[in-house]
Amino acid sequence: MAVHEPAMPGIALNRFGLGTRPDDTAPADGRRWLLEQLGRYEPRPAAWDPLPASGDLVRDTVARQREIRDTPSDQQAPAREALRKAQRQHYLDAIDMRTLSALDAPTPFVERLVHFWANHFAISAENPAVAMLAGSFEADAIRPHVLGRFENMVLAVERHPAMLLFLNQNASIGPGSVAATRATRRNPAQQRGLNENLAREIMELHTLGVRSGYGQEDVTEFARALTGWSVAGLGAPDTPRRGVELDQGTGYAFQAERHEPGPRTVLGRRYGQAGQQQAAAIIRDFARADATARHVATKLARHFVADNPPPAVVERLARAYRDHDGELKPVYQALIASPEAWRPAPAKFKTPWEWLVSALRGLGRTDLQGVRVAALMQQLGQPLWRPGSPAGYDDVAGSWAAPDALMRRVELAGRLASLPDAGMDARQLAPRLLPGQLGEATATALSRAESGRTAMALLLVSPEFLRR
Amino acid sequence: MTIAHPRRRWLQQTALAAAATAFAPRVLFARAETDRRFVFIIQRGAADGLNTVIPYADPAYAGLRRELAIDPAQAIRLDGSFALHPALAATGELYRAGQALFLHAVASPYRERSHFDGQNVLETGGTRPYQRKDGWLNRLLGMLPGLKDAEAIALAPTVPLALRGQGRVASYAPSALPAPPDDLLLRVQQLYEPDAQLHTLWDAALEARDMAGPGRTRQNPAELGKLAATFLKRPDGPRIAMVETGGWDTHAGQNARLAAQLKNLDALLAALKEHLGDAWTRTVVLVATEFGRTAAVNGTGGTDHGTGSAAMLVGGAVRGGRVIADWPGLGPSQLLEARDLRPTLGLPTLIAATAAECFALDPGRTLQTLYPGQTAAGRLPGLLTS
Repeated sequence: MAVHEPAMPGIALNRFGLGTRPDDTAPADGRRWLLEQLGRYEPRPAAWDPLPASGDLVRDTVARQREIRDTPSDQQAPAREALRKAQRQHYLDAIDMRTLSALDAPTPFVERLVHFWANHFAISAENPAVAMLAGSFEADAIRPHVLGRFENMVLAVERHPAMLLFLNQNASIGPGSVAATRATRRNPAQQRGLNENLAREIMELHTLGVRSGYGQEDVTEFARALTGWSVAGLGAPDTPRRGVELDQGTGYAFQAERHEPGPRTVLGRRYGQAGQQQAAAIIRDFARADATARHVATKLARHFVADNPPPAVVERLARAYRDHDGELKPVYQALIASPEAWRPAPAKFKTPWEWLVSALRGLGRTDLQGVRVAALMQQLGQPLWRPGSPAGYDDVAGSWAAPDALMRRVELAGRLASLPDAGMDARQLAPRLLPGQLGEATATALSRAESGRTAMALLLVSPEFLRR
Repeated sequence: MTIAHPRRRWLQQTALAAAATAFAPRVLFARAETDRRFVFIIQRGAADGLNTVIPYADPAYAGLRRELAIDPAQAIRLDGSFALHPALAATGELYRAGQALFLHAVASPYRERSHFDGQNVLETGGTRPYQRKDGWLNRLLGMLPGLKDAEAIALAPTVPLALRGQGRVASYAPSALPAPPDDLLLRVQQLYEPDAQLHTLWDAALEARDMAGPGRTRQNPAELGKLAATFLKRPDGPRIAMVETGGWDTHAGQNARLAAQLKNLDALLAALKEHLGDAWTRTVVLVATEFGRTAAVNGTGGTDHGTGSAAMLVGGAVRGGRVIADWPGLGPSQLLEARDLRPTLGLPTLIAATAAECFALDPGRTLQTLYPGQTAAGRLPGLLTS
């Protein structure tokens, strides 16, 4: 049955993609355009080439910290400052890489999925070491896994130094472990032990979802199983030693001496595995749980379809997840097939990041000359990789569609429209950027603006452009 | 530009404000009725009440806290049982001046340990997460006679859940971007006119911007306190403000971080007092967090998610110089689930009683509006000066 859907190309480009570029050809069949992207996604596009390996960043930090400790204390301050500056520079560089790869991504739908999952597995860059690793976290743990099996993404995420440092896992020690026993012998007053932060957030945020039926004892048991998951040099020796399994590439280290010995019971199931396989087995079971299927389905549906996702879509995505044992491609295919996702009225208010990327794409930019993305995201209220909480940024408009946030978009649109290479005609550009979606009121307002600059800024903050 | 809501003239600083007066004869009357200011400061991340208001006399405190235990000799002594964290120096002064009151073993009805659910319960006033979509502070707005219209402001770029709901609310946060051309502002105004969501947001944004004036401020605690005060002290300004503070989740290396957090809070409170001037005598600031932290130190020099915590009432209208606590004790059998401070006072009881006293509302009706279906948990003496 042929259904006339005038808004379909616009929906494919703007709701599922990153926004239209002036040189984009509107796809005739939006669904097919999205599906074929699943076949040609590049996990590591050229924009990410300059990114150092996470393991190198960790090793460099450890070495510099050691040097600082060895210098007289009155001379340490400048070296500390230099280290902090270098770490911040890695963060800023990675923000630029992420933005550049979003500006001319050949597979914008999959790129959007990368941003979605990076926010699902949020780290927050308040700590300089976490900030330094934020880019490699996305490049190593998210990008290669967005089209694979969910459990592999979870395992890569939870072993990445950025996550281990952010949620204090590198410092957690099994109270009955070899390391704790030895430490107590050395200094009985100092108590060392569990930190349940990572365990709780894996269950609550990354996999099962809150209120899915686990109890405090499950969290504590899982935290015991996770002991030993650590970062080379920051919680574990940075050279291979007995009992240390080191991943040179990422800087992840399993330190057997910190691992709490013995079998664990989580959610009624017993885990007798030794070493790091114990927590990995628990995570794999979490990834297969029904609660996880629903949690993942709900978040995807909320992101792409509506703040309050239609139950039918959630059910469909959860079923695809279960039927394919956590394979993610079938879940995306079910999303694309959902008629609710193609309703012409825009249901989502763009997040600050979505808005900024779509504005830069709309202006035809492929470079960042003069645009400081980190500062702009700060002004827009959602600094990149810095949501301030492991839950990531909220995916409902109520969280950011606020008076002041809107004012900032208008201010910023005024700035972007006055950049030297923004001199396009908004009247001609508008129907290209919003194919089938541009309303008459906006078209009229653009045509009546006093200057080309105002017209361009107005297009970027028009009701149609603010939503997707 | 048209003035769709003449009552919101506190937000107007242009010549149009004069025109608004003609439409708003009830303004002065309403102002006279509620001259009190109410500020809600949320501590996101579960602030550690045991090291904020320290139960130094409890025999179990030092043993549970080990390296986190705060030496009573360094802390600000409040009474024979409690001491204040040394970073809260200005707040300690307010206590001595009878303008700060601390409450302990306080908790919302939420008994799990998720920040986001806990904050949802604290802000909505429900008994379970996601039971309600609007916030108690917004419902309080609806109880104030003649003050339903943008009489509250969030000092944040977005509106926090506690302030969301039917009552109109403004939000303001300092911005470092250069101002856009007037032409653009005017045309945006026209373009958003028929769009219910954008129209509402845009009106509030323009007006808050006008009111903040040309001096743009940086985001630091003292500046934030000053900014809140500039809105609240105006005779035609909002009567309710909410300030968000984050960073209270101290799983590791707690001592230094908590001290820094408390120092910021202290600076915020001191700046509020300083810049409110005379209005400080009519001000009540309530500080609360979503839940407390474990009684014992964890293995990494921090504390994990717990239950009971401390709350504060600060302001010239507070009958302070007291610590109110039905202290449950920190002994092994006294802790909740053998790990948390057992709550003996409900945050709903505290918040509803404070709001009712602040705005001379009926206490029972206030509790039912802010916390539908809930009954008071714990008992409270009078909190404010009459």
